[in-house]
Amino acid sequence: MTDDEAIATDLTLRVKRLLDDVDLAGVSREDFLGARFDAGLAWVHFPPGSGGLGLPARFQEFVDSRLRAAGAPEHLPGRNGIGRGMAAPTIAAFGTEEQKARLLRPLWTGEHEYCQLFSEPGAGSDLAAVGARAVRDGDTWVVNGQKVWTSSAHTAQRAILVARTDADVPKHRGLTYFVCDMADPGVEVRPLRQITGEAEFNEVFLTDVRIPDADRLGEVGEGWRVATLTLNNERVAIGGGVPREQGMIGKAAQAWRERPESRNPAMHDELMRHWVEAEVARLSAARMRQRLAAGQPGPEGSAMKLTFARLAQAISGFELELLGEDGLRYDDWTARRPESVEYTGRGAGYRYLRAKGNSIEGGTSEILRNVIAERVLGLPAEHRTDKDIPWKDVPR
Amino acid sequence: MTDADLLYGDVEEELRASVRRLLAQRVSTSAVAAAYDEPADFSALWQGLARDLGVAALLIPEELGGAGATAREAAVVAEEIGRTVAPVPFLTSSVIATVALLESGDHETLAALAGGEATAALALGLGAAAPPVSATVKATPTGLSGHVANVADAGTATVLVVPAEGADGIELHTVSVPGPGTTVTPVPSLDMTRPVSDVVFDDAPSRRVDRGDPRGAIGEALRAGAVILASEQFGVASWCFETTLDYVKQRYQFGRAIGSFQAVKHRLADLWVEVGQAGAAARYAADTHARRDPDVAVAAAVAKSYCGTVAVHAAEECVQLHGGIGMTWEHPAHLYLKRAKADQLALGTPYEVRGALAALVGLPRT
Ligand SMILES: Cc1cc2nc3c(=O)[nH]c(=O)nc-3n(C[C@H](O)[C@H](O)[C@H](O)COP(=O)(O)OP(=O)(O)OC[C@H]3O[C@@H](n4cnc5c(N)ncnc54)[C@H](O)[C@@H]3O)c2cc1C
Repeated sequence: MTDDEAIATDLTLRVKRLLDDVDLAGVSREDFLGARFDAGLAWVHFPPGSGGLGLPARFQEFVDSRLRAAGAPEHLPGRNGIGRGMAAPTIAAFGTEEQKARLLRPLWTGEHEYCQLFSEPGAGSDLAAVGARAVRDGDTWVVNGQKVWTSSAHTAQRAILVARTDADVPKHRGLTYFVCDMADPGVEVRPLRQITGEAEFNEVFLTDVRIPDADRLGEVGEGWRVATLTLNNERVAIGGGVPREQGMIGKAAQAWRERPESRNPAMHDELMRHWVEAEVARLSAARMRQRLAAGQPGPEGSAMKLTFARLAQAISGFELELLGEDGLRYDDWTARRPESVEYTGRGAGYRYLRAKGNSIEGGTSEILRNVIAERVLGLPAEHRTDKDIPWKDVPR
Repeated sequence: MTDADLLYGDVEEELRASVRRLLAQRVSTSAVAAAYDEPADFSALWQGLARDLGVAALLIPEELGGAGATAREAAVVAEEIGRTVAPVPFLTSSVIATVALLESGDHETLAALAGGEATAALALGLGAAAPPVSATVKATPTGLSGHVANVADAGTATVLVVPAEGADGIELHTVSVPGPGTTVTPVPSLDMTRPVSDVVFDDAPSRRVDRGDPRGAIGEALRAGAVILASEQFGVASWCFETTLDYVKQRYQFGRAIGSFQAVKHRLADLWVEVGQAGAAARYAADTHARRDPDVAVAAAVAKSYCGTVAVHAAEECVQLHGGIGMTWEHPAHLYLKRAKADQLALGTPYEVRGALAALVGLPRT
């Protein structure tokens, strides 16, 4: 038996034991996910005790597919993507043993949903320029500042937060990374309406927010390095690839099948072009997962997100044209505060508008091209006037 | 769909290394460019690949004198051929004609093909995406008669594999060339690294090789061709991308490397993404073919339509980002542009291939 076969046999047994131990009909989602975490089947590549078994990441799909087939409770769609896709790998990589033991389980079960307090009015693409200040007060940090475009801040219990702890050094060196409790009385969340009509993101005002030093991830001043790991994971999480003919292309294909009267030859080739590109994106994601076997995604993950954004925008625009006059109708302009983030939910008009954010959130497409050009292809870096001067002296 | 191995194994990497070494020693872009002006003889190069490295035998089963390898290995060879625009009949002889003979049940010619003593070409226009419904060549008791235009690598083939119209429909014949009643006329080709010829048969003696309707065999041959061509296109695209990336790092204008201009950086970033994705699509096609996965039909169409377009884009970017030098005969970029554009038209344009794909995935045109 090869190592892989031995691992697969062992995993099959563990999955069976987990399923035997619960009553699938009666168990709550949270309890089941908790049991799954304790069995090391949450993220198999995480260490034992942190929801994993220390196995290569490629075995995750093995576990996921078996649990799915058994009808086991899964995470709610569109919920806590920031927690699982971004905060979790960051905590696993930079957290102390105590932090991993304390933070990962509630994150996994959904008891703690996360949001991302990174961007500020003056620091978007230039994330390293954040100005929210964290000042030490004994065992706690006191944070003041404003964050913006914060998705899901209105539903989250926790946040990953990047704040400035030293204004006298160049921008990348004065940052520190924290886990912030959104229930702190100094956290004020105000809805921020977006072009879809709803308020999926928010403005977040931080006034004397107190964060225990125990919730700092990484060293003081190491925040940029920690945040980079988060961002690399974000780009993979956003562009991560879905099964064949799902996501946006699934919607367009469905519309094509259901509306023979709308078909014409020019649109047919465009549909097939999108279909091919969506399939190629799926294959590229699958290959990246095979390459990543265990490691962290590097800047290469930016490719996935870049493609995802381009396709989502092109296909959702195409879908509206396919609908013709029906595309003139919009489902709902009310300023809802959605509980989940779903790119392909709702109507075609919503999908088209929401997709515009895909090339902005998680690093704009221009920034991702810079990342690829500089960090993957080794092309010269952009001219940076602010590189070697203390953050406080940078013109803004 | 989920079990596909989209990476390269150790044996595949070894094969790549030896093909790359041999090509580096025996072919240069200046020799290839010269073939546009004067007929050139690349048979020694082909003999090296076929005899010394055994690439002609890859898709032939061991019991028939071949290597019993799969499309995964053949695809690696095609990538390297694409990277060097080597004018060798690997795709036409060792893939398309070989699979046509294998699938139609003719095993006699295969041993000679495996060893590189013989080279075959399927007598169909290179643009064919699907087996012909009827053939322009007629099979009569006195021999084959008729003509076929745009047959790739016919000029160097020693055996033509000819779909011909017989009394009861399409048959498959082999014809030895040079031979009586067969005229092969090479024509100036957009891509002189895979030149096309017009072939005329006039009562040419032939041997019938099929055992009944050979259209299934021809379809398999064209599909294998599409799968392997996608990897060649990936190879062409890779060379264009890498060459351009090197150039923009060392070419200075306005006191800085042109690769420091964001307009240039972003084009290269986009191209890198595209070329990488072409690699994934080509690899999936080769892998599904190797495993006889029924998804191969979809995989081949996806790879052929995507990789063809990416190779052309990469070659066009290569010319543009080299500026004036990219437009010169001296710089090899044009060899890749011509190969890429001709490859895109081969075995069905991307438009045709997407049309066929639509039927496979239930998205009808009307
Ligand atoms: C739907 C949505 C959800 C979001 N959710 C979150 C969240 O949950 N948490 C969070 O922290 N943030 C979130 N964001 C914020 C997002 O990360 C920022 O909007 C993004 O990083 C861009 O920053 P900016 O808006 O300040 O634009 P700017 O940085 O001002 O960019 C404006 C334009 O200039 C271009 N540009 C900037 N710098 C360069 C450069 N060096 N080279 C070339 N072009 C450049 C950009 O590409 C863009 O086109 C979200 C944004 C959206 C749209």
